[in-house]
Order: sequence, then C-alpha cells, then structure tokens
Amino acid sequence: MPSAVADPIRVEAEVLSVRRVGEYFVMAFAAPGIAERVSPGHFVAIAVGGDRSSMLLRRSFSIYRVDPSGSFGGTLEIVVGPKGAGTQWLVSRRPGDMVNLIAPLGRPFSLPVDPVACILVGGGYGAAPMFALAEQLRERGSHVDLVLGAATESRLFGLVEGRRAATTLTTTTEDGSDGVQGRVTDVLPDLIKQHDSQVIYGCGPMGMLQAIAGVASDHGIASQCAVEESMACGVGVCMTCVLPVIGNDGVTRMVRSCTEGPVFFGDQVRWSDVGTVPDDCLGAPTPTVVSAPLQGRGALPDEPAPRGPVSRGGVR
Amino acid sequence: MNTTPVNTVDMSTTFGHLELAAPVTTASGCAAAGRELDQFFDVTQLGAIVTKSIMLNARSGRPTLRMAETPSGMLNAIGLQGPGIESFIENDLAWLRDRGATTIVSIAGGSIQEYQELAKRLRHEEGIAALEVNISCPNVANRGEVFACNPIEAGGVIHAVRRNTNSRVPILAKLTPDVTDITQIAKSVIDAGADGISVMNTTLGVVIDTTTMKPALANVTGGLSGPAIRPMAVRCVWQIHQAYPDVPILGMGGIGSGLDALQFILAGASAVSVGTTTFNDPTTPFRVQVELEEALAQRGFSSLRDAIGFAHPLETD
Ligand SMILES: Cc1cc2nc3c(=O)[nH]c(=O)nc-3n(C[C@H](O)[C@H](O)[C@H](O)COP(=O)(O)OP(=O)(O)OC[C@H]3O[C@@H](n4cnc5c(N)ncnc54)[C@H](O)[C@@H]3O)c2cc1C
Ligand SMILES: Cc1cc2nc3c(=O)[nH]c(=O)nc-3n(C[C@H](O)[C@H](O)[C@H](O)COP(=O)(O)O)c2cc1C
Ligand code: FES
Repeated sequence: MPSAVADPIRVEAEVLSVRRVGEYFVMAFAAPGIAERVSPGHFVAIAVGGDRSSMLLRRSFSIYRVDPSGSFGGTLEIVVGPKGAGTQWLVSRRPGDMVNLIAPLGRPFSLPVDPVACILVGGGYGAAPMFALAEQLRERGSHVDLVLGAATESRLFGLVEGRRAATTLTTTTEDGSDGVQGRVTDVLPDLIKQHDSQVIYGCGPMGMLQAIAGVASDHGIASQCAVEESMACGVGVCMTCVLPVIGNDGVTRMVRSCTEGPVFFGDQVRWSDVGTVPDDCLGAPTPTVVSAPLQGRGALPDEPAPRGPVSRGGVR
Repeated sequence: MNTTPVNTVDMSTTFGHLELAAPVTTASGCAAAGRELDQFFDVTQLGAIVTKSIMLNARSGRPTLRMAETPSGMLNAIGLQGPGIESFIENDLAWLRDRGATTIVSIAGGSIQEYQELAKRLRHEEGIAALEVNISCPNVANRGEVFACNPIEAGGVIHAVRRNTNSRVPILAKLTPDVTDITQIAKSVIDAGADGISVMNTTLGVVIDTTTMKPALANVTGGLSGPAIRPMAVRCVWQIHQAYPDVPILGMGGIGSGLDALQFILAGASAVSVGTTTFNDPTTPFRVQVELEEALAQRGFSSLRDAIGFAHPLETD
C-alpha cells in the first residue's frame, strides 16, 4: 500500500471562506495542527448539520490545499461538489461558522524515488489533491503532465492553477465545451509516449480510475488511484468502505478504503469486482445454495438469492 | 477531571464476577478492536472495549453498498467481516492486552458448535474480562433463523458457551429486539447460564434509493442503529430489568451523550455501550462516560449502582 498511515486529529475549525468556482465551492478552514501532517491524497471527514443534526455520518473530502503558516495558525481547503443534504449544508456555511473536522485521514499518494515523468489525472472535484501533488513532484525534478477531465466545462476544476503547478495541462470534456472532446483516457497513451511517463496518479469517479489503471497496465507502468467509497466512520472502525484488493501475497481481501486507502496501486484493486465479494476473496461465502425459503425474521420475500448459507438475516 | 469530593461518583459496576471500573464500553462492531479509537482517546479509560464479533474463520462480509444513512441513524449490512479467531487472538487481543484495555470479546457463529469452538479457543487466552455472545446470527442448521429469535436455540448457544468458558469469565448474551417478547428470550439465556444480557442489537430495516428505485443496500435488508432506535432500546432494557431485576444488563442503542446513557441506567442497565454515534465523533464513548458521571453527580448520586433501575417503581410485595 502507498505510504504510511496518518495521525489524525479532531478540531473545531472556523470557516474562513466559501468561494464558488464553476459548479464547485472551495472552502477554507482555520485548522490548527492539521496542515503540517497532510500529504497529497489525504482526506478530511467533516461532521454536517450542526450539534443536533439528524445526519450522523461525516462527509469525506480530499484535501485540496494546506498552509501550515497561514495567519490563522494553519489552514485547510477542500473543493465541494454539492450533492445531497450534507454537502448542501456545508457549502451554505459562512465565514466565522464552526465545523468539526478530522484530518488527515487515510494513506496519501507515494512519490517515486527517482524524478521520473508522471501523469496526474483529476476527474471533476477529483482534481483537488493534484495541484499539491504536482508541486511536490516537480520540486523533486519530475516532469508532470496534468490532465483534468469532466463531463462539461463548468465541472473542470483548477485550470489556472493547473497550468502553474504542472509542466503541461490537458483538459478533456465529454461534451467538448473545453479542451479535447472525450475522456481523460483518450489522451493518456500519447502523453505516456511523449515523456516516457512511469506513473499515473488518479483521483475521480471509480469508472475513471478503473480506466486509468487499465491504460497504465497496458503500458506496463504504475498507477496510484484515490478511490471514493461510501464511508460511515472514516477512521477504520466500521467496515463499510471496503473493496476487493489483491495483497502482496496474491490474496484478495475486502480492505478498508478509509485506512488502507483511499490511495491504492491501480493493479491491486479488482475494479470489475468492486461492489461484489469475489468468490476467491479471503473469507468469501462458500457458494452453496440455500434451497428452502427462509422463515427466520428478516427473510423478505423479494430478497435476491443468498450467496451462501449464512448470507441472510445476519445483518448485525 | 473534577477534584471536588462532593462531585465524585463511584462509577464501578458489576457483571457476575467482573467488576468494571467504569460503566461505558464501545459497542461491538463500532470500534473494531479499539486500536483506531486509541488515536482519539485513551481506550484504557473506558469501562471496556467490546470487540467486533469474531467468527471461527476469516470472513469477507457482504458486498457493498453496506450502509445507508437514515434520520438520526443508519442501516448497515456489514456481514460480520473479520479475520477469524486465530488472527484476532494474535493481533487484536494481543494489542488490547499490551495496551492494558479491559476487553470484552464478542463472538458470533453460524451453529452452536461454532460458538462452542470459539469459547474453547478463547478459554485459555489471557486478558478477556468477559464474553459477549452475539446471537443475532442466522442459524445455518435452522434455515437461517436468527438464534436470538428462538428461545431454545438462543439458550442452546449460551449453554454451550457457558460450559466451555472459565466460570470466572462472565458471559453476556446479546439480544435482538426483533422478537415478540424479549423477556422470553432473556429467560432462556439466563436459564442457560448467561451472567448478563446485552441489549439491543440493531433492528431490521430497508431503505429504497428513489433514484435507482432499488434497495439502497446490496443486501436489501440491514440493521438500523443510532439515536433513532434509542426509545426502543430503553424499552428493551426496561422490560428485561422489570422481569429479572437481578440480572445485569449492558444497554445500548443510540447513546450519544451522558443523559442518553443515564436513561439506560435508570431503566435498569448496569453499564452501556456506545455504537453508531462513534462514527459521528470517535471520542463519543469517552465523552459519554465523563458526562454520565457529571449527570449522576448533579442528581445527587454518589454511586452509579444506586441509579441502576431507579426509574422503576419501588417493589412492593
Ligand atoms: C475519500 C473521499 C474523498 C472525497 N472527496 C470529495 C471531494 O473532494 N469533493 C466532493 O465534493 N466530494 C468528495 N467526496 C464525496 C463526498 O463525500 C460525498 O459527495 C458526500 O458525502 C455526499 O454527502 P451528501 O449528504 O451531500 O449526499 P447524500 O447522498 O445525501 O449522502 C448520503 C450518505 O451517503 C454518503 N455518500 C453519498 N455519496 C457519496 C460519495 N460519492 N462518496 C462517499 N460517500 C457518499 C454520504 O457520506 C452520506 O452518508 C469524497 C468521498 C470520499 C469517500
Ligand atoms: C456498522 C455496525 C456494525 C456492527 N457490528 C456488530 C457486531 O459485529 N456484533 C454485534 O453484536 N453488534 C454489532 N453491531 C450492533 C451494535 O453493537 C449495537 O448493538 C447497535 O448498533 C445499537 O447501538 P448503537 O445505536 O449505539 O449503534 C453493529 C452496528 C453497526 C452500526
Ligand atoms: S469508513 Fe468505517 S471502516 Fe472505513
């Protein structure tokens, strides 16, 4: 797995600013003690809805930027694409409001030992961690091609900054409203050839990450992908955020993306099996069939066929 | 820490042979084996860590999506993912022991025999304060009926575990609320040798995603937990305490503050577990413990024990 585990802390953070950028909101927080611990790829989990909120679960966001020496004793920024009630609440905060956040969480991207050429790919708000990553890679002498992709121009994030942070910037939109019409993977083969790139870093929707990992392995190069799985706790105690990952021993396990990820080597994730438990996964149910309909409580008439004898009812 | 003597409350509590220095524990499955939470508070300060239910063999759990947020709660269908008992003993139990945490090990099985094997395997391990037996699992031999829904099967599991566990290690039977009369199940596990009762496990629910127009969880059904179920959990504690006032209860279901915990104590719980609210804030179990002490002190209690079952009418013969 890339890089070491973070040492997260929990802070009451003051909202410093909320800035609209296209379809996103960039939010800055005064978060003392956090900035110095953050590496690109770490994420932050934020409690939403206030003290008496009926939304119990934190929302996770990639960390976009940190500044340990800010005038507020350390700042942290995220890029939010409003989705449901939690993100709507968050982006409607105003400067001076307080939110509770936990960061840094997860394992960040790891940097190559040698200054090899790298390609960084951000899909939509998945661009967020790429600017700091680009800067760090370039400081170490790497050539950095940044590719930002989205469905449409208003969902591309950070073009100006991308141009500054990376050696080159390419944009793709599916509707052709900016840059190359198509998907990020359409431009990757040429970029790989041009500078003999050795690593692709990706952050964005799962489908995009799967495609990136595929391109990387087709070209015999490495990829590191920051995945986005539904998370209840964000700190490794609940087991909701798992996906099938092949370990160094060749064994597939359902691993927690909040602690062992969110960054994984692209060739270790079983992308096509995400959302399932592959039969050869460690501890997978033995594929025997329960013949008779279940009468125990919790057996609902319209449930799909169970995967194994113990796959039903035991939800606790 | 409060140093004024008038405010100190004796927070110790008992489950059979076990004396806990404090009455708040983590809830099984909501704290893994304590290690992650130790980053946020000193887990040795808690009454106990109740570990994620462990089975004999490694288990992958269910496909994702495993979780859906609901009003003041969540639905989960994790499916008891875990590394199996050997890895648990070697890694998790060893860590808890080295760390000096009080540990209640939760076990789960698909057959009475599996529970029995687990008890045997744990019998000679050091550092286990008590066993919590999660009987809200489908019984493979009984077409998947949950043990805790059948008084005979529930008693059978507890009997097998009790027989294979050192008599000084108390056994808590963890019950599901999804039964017609929870006191009946309580009776059969008490008769089978349970030293205490943990209540409640999650209650079954379904969420439909109105965008896909399909069930939100890959498993369709999931267990509902969090503050949404708190009154139901307090009811379970109340009924069991009323029926068996001498049997210690570990109460849980939606506890997120000291006052929430106090409700359970007053209803008859000897200790409480904090589960889902830990996901909102990993420091919650410890905060609940501190707040519970304050709440007891404010009400003039000098000992937690005096508050257990206080809400019940005085017994008149
Ligand atoms: C590691 C990680 C990094 C992320 N980075 C960003 C980011 O930089 N910017 C950004 O805008 N969003 C990011 N997301 C997605 C963001 O967490 C979700 O959009 C958000 O949780 C949705 O909450 P809601 O209340 O608005 O939506 P609802 O759909 O109402 O949420 C309901 C529940 O589902 C969960 N959920 C819904 N969608 C997602 C999702 N896509 N991923 C994970 N959980 C989800 C929520 O946490 C909540 O528990 C990231 C997610 C993860 C896991
Ligand atoms: C994600 C999750 C996993 C759980 N796993 C277990 C488990 O392995 N064994 C068990 O006995 N209970 C398990 N539970 C149930 C809790 O221990 C607890 O009984 C229930 O959630 C009610 O308490 P709460 O509302 O405080 O969470 C789990 C609950 C959740 C939310
Ligand atoms: S979100 Fe809880 S373990 Fe990853």
